[in-house]
Amino acid sequence: MSFRFKESSVLPGFGLSLGYTLLYLGLIVLLPLSALVVKSSELGFGGFFRTILDPRVLASFKLTFGASLAAAAVNVVFGTIVAWFLVRIRFPGKRVIDAIVDLPFALPTAVSGIALAMLYSPNGKLGIFLQSIGIKVAFTQLGITVALIFIGLPFVIRTVQPALEEMDRELEEAASSLGASRTQTLTKVILPLLMPPIITGFTLAFARAVGEYGSVIFIAGNMPMKTEITSLLIITKLEQYDYAGATAIAVAMLVVSLALILLINLFQSWSGKHLVR
Amino acid sequence: MSIILKNISKTFGDFHALKNINIEFQSGELTALLGPSGSGKTTLLRIVAGLEEADRGANADILFDSQTVTSSPVNRRQVGFVFQHYALFRHMTVFENIAFGLRVKPRDQRPSKQDIKDKVNELLRLVQLENMAGRYPSQLSGGQRQRIALARALAIEPKVLLLDEPFGALDAQVRAELRRWLRKLHDTLHVTSIFVTHDQEEALEVADRIVVMNHGAIEQIGTPNEVFHRPATEFVMQFLGDVNVFHGRIESDSAIFNETVPLIEGQENTARLLVRPHDLTIQSTPGKGPALPAKVYRVLTAGPIVKVELIDRHNRLIQVHLSHDNYNQTMLKLHEEVYLVPRESRVYANNDAWTGAYVI
Amino acid sequence: MFINILKSTDKRPGLNPPLIVNMAITVIALGFLFMFVIMPLIIVLKEAFSAGLSLWWASITEKDALSALRLTLLVAAIAVPVNLVFGLAASWALAKFRFKGKSLIITLIDLPFAVSPVVSGLIYVLLFGLHGWLGPWLAQHDIQIIFAVPGIVLATIFVTFPFIARELIPLMSEQGTDEEQAALSLGASGWQTFRRVTLPNIKWGLMYGIILCNARAMGEFGAVSVVSGHIRGETNTLPLQVEVLYNEYNFVAAFAVASLLAGLALVTLVLKSIVEWKTKHG
Repeated sequence: MSFRFKESSVLPGFGLSLGYTLLYLGLIVLLPLSALVVKSSELGFGGFFRTILDPRVLASFKLTFGASLAAAAVNVVFGTIVAWFLVRIRFPGKRVIDAIVDLPFALPTAVSGIALAMLYSPNGKLGIFLQSIGIKVAFTQLGITVALIFIGLPFVIRTVQPALEEMDRELEEAASSLGASRTQTLTKVILPLLMPPIITGFTLAFARAVGEYGSVIFIAGNMPMKTEITSLLIITKLEQYDYAGATAIAVAMLVVSLALILLINLFQSWSGKHLVR
Repeated sequence: MSIILKNISKTFGDFHALKNINIEFQSGELTALLGPSGSGKTTLLRIVAGLEEADRGANADILFDSQTVTSSPVNRRQVGFVFQHYALFRHMTVFENIAFGLRVKPRDQRPSKQDIKDKVNELLRLVQLENMAGRYPSQLSGGQRQRIALARALAIEPKVLLLDEPFGALDAQVRAELRRWLRKLHDTLHVTSIFVTHDQEEALEVADRIVVMNHGAIEQIGTPNEVFHRPATEFVMQFLGDVNVFHGRIESDSAIFNETVPLIEGQENTARLLVRPHDLTIQSTPGKGPALPAKVYRVLTAGPIVKVELIDRHNRLIQVHLSHDNYNQTMLKLHEEVYLVPRESRVYANNDAWTGAYVI
Repeated sequence: MFINILKSTDKRPGLNPPLIVNMAITVIALGFLFMFVIMPLIIVLKEAFSAGLSLWWASITEKDALSALRLTLLVAAIAVPVNLVFGLAASWALAKFRFKGKSLIITLIDLPFAVSPVVSGLIYVLLFGLHGWLGPWLAQHDIQIIFAVPGIVLATIFVTFPFIARELIPLMSEQGTDEEQAALSLGASGWQTFRRVTLPNIKWGLMYGIILCNARAMGEFGAVSVVSGHIRGETNTLPLQVEVLYNEYNFVAAFAVASLLAGLALVTLVLKSIVEWKTKHG
């Protein structure tokens, strides 16, 4: 048995296409990303941790991860409900509603940013109303969460919707014939089966929210220690020519993001073991 | 428990899936609903289960032991339903699947943890899968999944067991094995059971009674012997077992099958002569009664019976089944002209059985 | 049709919640979508035209706005084709051949999705900025990448890098190589096989990828913001122009430019729906 890199194939063009892929991948993605690693190592171990453990940085982490978590949680609840609506309920014009769900993906973040800021500002359409019942959204952590709900909204819907569409109605019939009430069928059969896509959607929405910049900065107010998100802090450091500091924070953020993706993959391969049909 | 269906109809849009069905299923019997796809058999089964609602008619009713259940929902009917594709909960182990029906019972009727455990283990023994309790459905073979689905349905001690094409998704060998097993199981449990199948062999082998359905109506109800040997309609005869069909017409008081006149679709006074391949005798002389001259075209001797294909003067292909002994006695030669004499046959004119004379 | 509103899509008895529950779900779902999706869209259009059509027209035909539009189109016109060629090459290599290390490469292609926009900009500053690796050498040769158009193009290529490839790889894997082998056995050349067999099979997936890639390329904000330097009339793309105008409290102009991008988003959604429909219905 000799080591074989590639199984033989009659199709041409393998060397050319793979070579081009690797070259392009290396130049556009890997080379710049390696700059990140090298630059952060310039700080040394101590310097790296001094940078990311600075109170202002820590406050931004807490805010960014906290608001992202909250926004993703809200999207789990409402996203699942919207997915249910789109799959299970008859309603005129549902195709249009279905298409509009993707707006947060399609709308440039700067546009959603100024729109949300305008909407929730103290004299904006919703701002006036919320102010009157004592809720302040713009320039608060709540405002940041609102923006993150907006940009993460399609994820849970788009992961749960196909799962619900493909769910075998016979499973519900089986549960029902065994004596389960509608509520029992929902909690014991439907929701457990929707759990993998819900968790995937949650993780995707969370990961996206952590790195979000454009839709947040207009509504955030950007007060250090209070409403300053990590992405903005990186830009601030850059503007002060503190490349190493900016890089350290970016690396910390990236590590968390990659850990999350790893977690998704692990979870999916774990759940895939016995959840395949 | 006996089940009575009265005046059951079901329409899907313009399609009449069931047309005024009246039937009684005896307590403790294993009944097969047999018919081709689209005959309404599955719809009928689902209506009994409460998974489908029959059309609301004045006299329509479903009775379980003379109690009407028409308005009680599926989760209150206490029917054990076994689905063609098993419908096992893939996020639960085998144990949890079987325990499901017990765990969703109202709190005051729910058995204790130990009772549930004992019951599930007992059912696992019954379906001969004691070692599989901790597995997930994806780790089982098709036949094992179907047995777990059956155990799950039995856990709620159903008044009636309903099986929708229970072996349809399995390969031939497992199918035959499970068929015998189901019959044995029924003989020990004696729970009223109805199963749907399109496989006549399956119905004949397993069921106490067979309900043959076609186009949303019942063609015949009877024991396997009755439906096979005394088919009430042309459809039943054609659906159960191989059959040679000769097209002809009614002329004055006899049915004529010996003409070459091409038949026109929808023509009046048409008749069909149906003879099973094993009901034809091959003779070298015509004899007294109706006999059909034909030439031996092909002989297939590989198999438990000998299949002889013949062609008559009108170029019709005719099948005859003989035992090897019989075949050896007749000493047929290829292209030899012989006479075919029906020992038993049926003639249908238009839609009714024809009892008059016929000419072949 | 009308009487079926709010009823469950599946009519089988015993499975569906009562009408009142469906009604509650509908109200919550539509309310949520209205609050978080429809309202922001309405506000953009309302603010854009709040001072009248002529002022809107003036805002989007203003010198700096036009130059931002030109730059945005230029960036997309470079980034999309470049990533298209990459996507085709990568999916051919990864979907039609079996070799070791394939899944690693697929993971690496997805990497830009895991990197936040600001960090995507940052890595190019670290590479090409004045204090970056190649900065001094570039300065010596009088080449400017950061705070100039090349930097914007590079950052955009990075953030839109996976779109087309990740659309095509699963699609082409699923289709297998039988048809290509048949074409080759019938005497077609490699290029003919690709053009006449492979490409027609993936055309809708390809369109889908291009649409998404283009929308992101024209709308990217965070990454571009880091490398652009915000020089009016020179390195501002449309999203950056929106930010500049908004921060100057020139709301009408900001929303007028934003309405162009919102229009782009709506066109994207329509095209996306059409392609999805075509994929489903052949």
